[in-house]
Amino acid sequence: MSSSYDAIKNLHRERLLFTRRVVAALVLILLLVAVLGLRLVELQVLQYGYYETRSNDNRMRVVPVPPVRGLIYDRNGALLAQNLPSFDLVITPDQVAHVNATVAALRQVLPTITDDDVQRFHDRLLKTPRYRQIPLRSNLSPEEVARFELDRYRFPGVDVAAGLVRDYPLGTAASHVIGYVNGITETDLERIDPDLYQGLSQIGRAGVERSHEDQLRGTPGTKIIEANAAGRPLRELNYQPGTPGENLYLTIDARLQAVAERSLGDLDGAVVALDPRNGEVLALVSKPGYDPAMFVQGLTQQQYQQLLSDPHHPLYDRALLGTYAPGSTIKPFMAFAGLQAGTLTADKPVFCPGYLQLPGSSRRYRCWKRSGHGWLTLPDAIAQSCDVYFYNVALNLGIDRIDQILADFGFGRISGIDLPNEKSGLLPSPAWKQRVYHQPWYPGETLNVGIGQGYLTVTPMQLALAVSRIAMHGSGFAPHLVHAYGDPTTGRISAVAPQPLRPIAAHDATIWGTIVGGMEKVTQDPRGTAYRIGHDAPYPIAGKTGSAQVIGVAQNVGYQHAQKNVALQLRDNALFIAFAPAGDPKIAVAVIAEHGAEGALAAAPVAREVMDQYLLGQVLYHDPNAGRSADTPAAPASAEAGAARRRQRSAAAERHP
Amino acid sequence: MSRSSLETLTPQPVGRLRRLLRRGIDPWLTALLLAVAAIGLATLYSATGGSSVMVISQAERLALGLVVMLVLAQVPPEFFRLAAPWLYGVSLLLLVFVLALGQHAKGAQRWLDLGIVRFQPAELMKIGMPLAVAAFLHQRTLPPRPLATLTALALIAAPTALIAVQPDLGTALLVLVAGAMALFFGGLRLRWIVGALLAVAAAAPLLWYKFHDYQRERLLTFLNPQRDPLGAGYHITQSKIAIGSGGVFGKGWLMGTQAKLDFLPEAHTDFIFSVYSEEMGLIGALVLMLLYLAILGRALLIATRGQDTFQRLTAASLALTFFFYAFINMGMVIGLLPVVGVPLPLVSYGGTSVVSLLAGFGILMSIQTHRKLLTS
Repeated sequence: MSSSYDAIKNLHRERLLFTRRVVAALVLILLLVAVLGLRLVELQVLQYGYYETRSNDNRMRVVPVPPVRGLIYDRNGALLAQNLPSFDLVITPDQVAHVNATVAALRQVLPTITDDDVQRFHDRLLKTPRYRQIPLRSNLSPEEVARFELDRYRFPGVDVAAGLVRDYPLGTAASHVIGYVNGITETDLERIDPDLYQGLSQIGRAGVERSHEDQLRGTPGTKIIEANAAGRPLRELNYQPGTPGENLYLTIDARLQAVAERSLGDLDGAVVALDPRNGEVLALVSKPGYDPAMFVQGLTQQQYQQLLSDPHHPLYDRALLGTYAPGSTIKPFMAFAGLQAGTLTADKPVFCPGYLQLPGSSRRYRCWKRSGHGWLTLPDAIAQSCDVYFYNVALNLGIDRIDQILADFGFGRISGIDLPNEKSGLLPSPAWKQRVYHQPWYPGETLNVGIGQGYLTVTPMQLALAVSRIAMHGSGFAPHLVHAYGDPTTGRISAVAPQPLRPIAAHDATIWGTIVGGMEKVTQDPRGTAYRIGHDAPYPIAGKTGSAQVIGVAQNVGYQHAQKNVALQLRDNALFIAFAPAGDPKIAVAVIAEHGAEGALAAAPVAREVMDQYLLGQVLYHDPNAGRSADTPAAPASAEAGAARRRQRSAAAERHP
Repeated sequence: MSRSSLETLTPQPVGRLRRLLRRGIDPWLTALLLAVAAIGLATLYSATGGSSVMVISQAERLALGLVVMLVLAQVPPEFFRLAAPWLYGVSLLLLVFVLALGQHAKGAQRWLDLGIVRFQPAELMKIGMPLAVAAFLHQRTLPPRPLATLTALALIAAPTALIAVQPDLGTALLVLVAGAMALFFGGLRLRWIVGALLAVAAAAPLLWYKFHDYQRERLLTFLNPQRDPLGAGYHITQSKIAIGSGGVFGKGWLMGTQAKLDFLPEAHTDFIFSVYSEEMGLIGALVLMLLYLAILGRALLIATRGQDTFQRLTAASLALTFFFYAFINMGMVIGLLPVVGVPLPLVSYGGTSVVSLLAGFGILMSIQTHRKLLTS
C-alpha cells in the first residue's frame, strides 16, 4: 500500500494529520459559504427594493458599434471596394407573437422576399438569442422601405435597420484579387476573437479582403443607449467610436485589369502583369470571375451548386492556383541555364532536321516545324522557338542542373504574394518521380522538360515573376498587392517597401543581353513567332510565345490535323510572356489562354494590349483577329502573318511556338 | 408486462447492473453532479433566450465529460499515481509550447491548435498539478521537510507562472490552489503557510506593476464599481441588479429581464449565476450552493477514506479546487471578488473546463470504488 516501509510508523500519524487538515479546510469553507450566503441575503433581501427599482428602471444598455471597414483603392485611387448604405428588414423574435405568421404576412407586403431569405432567417432563428434582431431580407430598395413603412403599425417587432453593405464597383473583373466578405460562420467563431467582431456580421472570405482582414476590419466601439420598458432604443447617451479599418492602396491598375479581362475575349485564362522594378502587381486577372455581390448577400445552396458545377470554374483563381505546362515559354530560362552552366554557346549554330533521336532509341522527338529549322544560333532558336535546339540544351544540361536554375527563377515554389492561396506548380526531379511513381527518370523526360512539357507545371504568377527576373537581369522583388495603408482618421499613408529577392547572378553579364536579344527577335524578326504583335509596337517588346499540350498526340498523327478536329476543351493552351520596353523594362506580363491553341494568336495580343494600356495609356494595337473566340478560326491579318500562320499550320508538330 | 414477470425475467442483468454501479461509480457524486448539470442546462436555456442549439451543444459537452468520468472511474488509482509525473511533464511542455507559438485569442495565448482539436494545456494542468504534488508527497514523510516543501513549491510555481503570463489569471489561480491544497493537506507546517501569505502581501505591489492594463482595470473596478459604471464596472453593476431584483423567490424561470433585454453581458458564460439568481431568487441560489457543498462533502469523505497518501491528497485537493471554482465565480458575480473570468462549474456555457472537471471526479470515483476492504 505505502511506498516505503520506514514510513509505517508514521502512517497513523499521517492519517491523523490529514484528518485534522480536512476539518480545518471544512471550517474555512463553511466560513466562506457563510460570507457568500450573507452577501446574497444582503442583495436579495435587504437591498431587494433598491435593486428591484433599478431593474425596472434599467434603461441603459451598452451596444457595440461595429467599425467601418477600410476601403480598397487601386494604384490610381479608383475605388475597388466600398461601403454603401443599406436597409435591412429585421425581426426581433421575442417581440413577435407568431414568427411564422409574421413572416407570411410580411411576404404579402413585400413579395420580393424569397424562399431563400426565409430559409436563411429560420437557420439563424435557431442559433440566435431571441432578444436579438435577425435579418429577414437585406438591402431593401427605397420603394420596399416605403412600402413597409406604410404597413409598419401591423408589425410590432419588425424594423428596418440601417447599415452598410460592401460593394465592389469592378464586379467580376477583379473578383479574384479583391475577394469578398460574407457572413461569419460557426467555424469562424472558433478561430476569431469575438471582441474584435462585436456588432460585425461579416468577415473577409477571399482575396485581399481575406489576406488583409486584420487591417481592413478595425476595432469596434461601444455606445450606451437609453431604451424604453420594452427594450426599444430611445436615445444615445454616450458614444465611444471604435477604430475604423485601414484603407488599402493596391498596386493593381483597374484600367489595366479591365483591358486584360476584356482582351481575353471568350477564352478562359489568366493574365499577370508586374512592375519588374519593385514587384508591384499591376494586373491579376483570372477569367471567368464571379460576382462578389452574390457572396456578400449570401449564396443560396442552388447558386453555390451552380458556381461549383460551372464547367468554366469561376471560383478557381487561375493566376495563382492554375498549374499549366509552360510550353515554349520555358525556353528563355533553359537558354539561361545552358549559358550559365557553360554547356551552351550562344553563337555556335546547331542543326535542326525537324526531329531529334536519342542514341539507342527509335523514338523521334519532333520539332514543331516538321521540315526543320536548319542551322540556328541561340537568338534565332528563341525567336523561332526551335524544339530540337532546346532538346539539345536540355540534354547537355541534365535534369539536375535544369531544376537548380529553374528553382532560382522561382519555379516549383510559391511566389509569396499577399493572397490567401497559391500553388507551387511542379519542378520534376528524378527523386520526385521515384517517390511518386516508383519509376526511374528517363532521358526523354529531360527533353520534354526542355520544351516546357511533361511533368513540369507552373502558375501564371510564377511565369510573370520569372520573366521579370530576366527583364531585371537577375534582380527582382517579391510580388505584392498592397503598396500603402491609409489611416482614415489621421489621413496618414504608410507605404509598404518592396522586398528584394536574392539576385540570380550570371557568371558573365552578357548572358542576360543574349537572352533578351533572342526575346526581342521573337517580336521584331519577321520569322519571330510573335512578329505580328510586336513589329508595329512603338516600344520594343521582348517576349516568348508558347503553347502547351493538353492531350498527347500519337506518333504518326499530324498534330495540326489533331488540333483541328479536337473539341475545344482538348485544344492546346496558349501562352505568352513578355516585358517592355526591352531596354528599360517597366512592365512584365504573363498570359495564358486556355485552349487558345496558339500562343502567338490567342495570348500574345492580350499581352500587347495590356502593355499598350500601361505604357501608352491607350490600346493602339488593333487585333485583326478581334473578338478572339475559340470557335472562330483566326483570319490572317497580313501576308506575313498569314505566311507565318500557314507555316505553322503545315507543320505537324507535337507542340509549337 | 406484470411486475412479477419482469422480476423473474431479468434478475441477472439487473443484479449485474447494480453491482457495476456500486463497483464502478459513486452514485452519490453522480446524482449530485447530474443535478447541478440539469440546473445548468435549464438556466442556459433561459440565459440564451431559448436557444436550443446552444443547450444541445452544452449537453454534448457534458455527455463527453461524463463518459470521460466513467472511464477514469474504472482505472485503478495506482495508475494515476504512476502517470502523474508524465501528465505533469507533458502539460508543462505544452504550456511552454503554447507560449512560444500559441494562437492569439482575446489578446491572450492560451490555445493549442492540433488541427482537429484545439484545447488549452492549462486545463490539463488543472488535473496534472494536484496529481503530481500528491504523488511527490506520497514518497516523502509527512509533514514535508523543508527540502520537500521547497521542491513541491517549485512544482507549483512553474506552471502557475506560465499560465499567469498567458495571461490567464483565473486559471493560474485555480492551478495554484490545486497544488497548494495538496501541499496543505500533506501537512504543510503552519510557519510555511504564514510565510507564504506574507510573501504574497509583500509581492502585491510588484504584481500590480506586472499586470496588464485590463487586469488593473478589473481590480480597480472591483474596489470601486462606481468608478466607471458604464465601462468596466458595467458588468458587475448589472449583475448585482439582476441578483438583487430576484428577491427571495425570484422572478421565475424564463422571466428574468436583465439578460433578456441584453443588459447583462456574458449572461450565458461567466455571469450565468446572475441569471439563475434573478429567476430563482435567494432560495434557488442557496439550493445551488448547498448542492456544491454536498459535492464537496462527499468528495472530502472519499478523501478521508483514501488508502494511501497519494489517494487522500489527490481526492482532497480535487474537491477543494472544485469548490474554489464555484466560490470564485459566485464571489465575482455578487461583487465580492474581482472579475477574473472563471466559469461556474457545470453551469456556465462552453469551455473545456467541463471535461477537465468531470475527469477530476472520475479520479475521485476511482479512489472511492477501488478500496480494498482492509480497514474499517
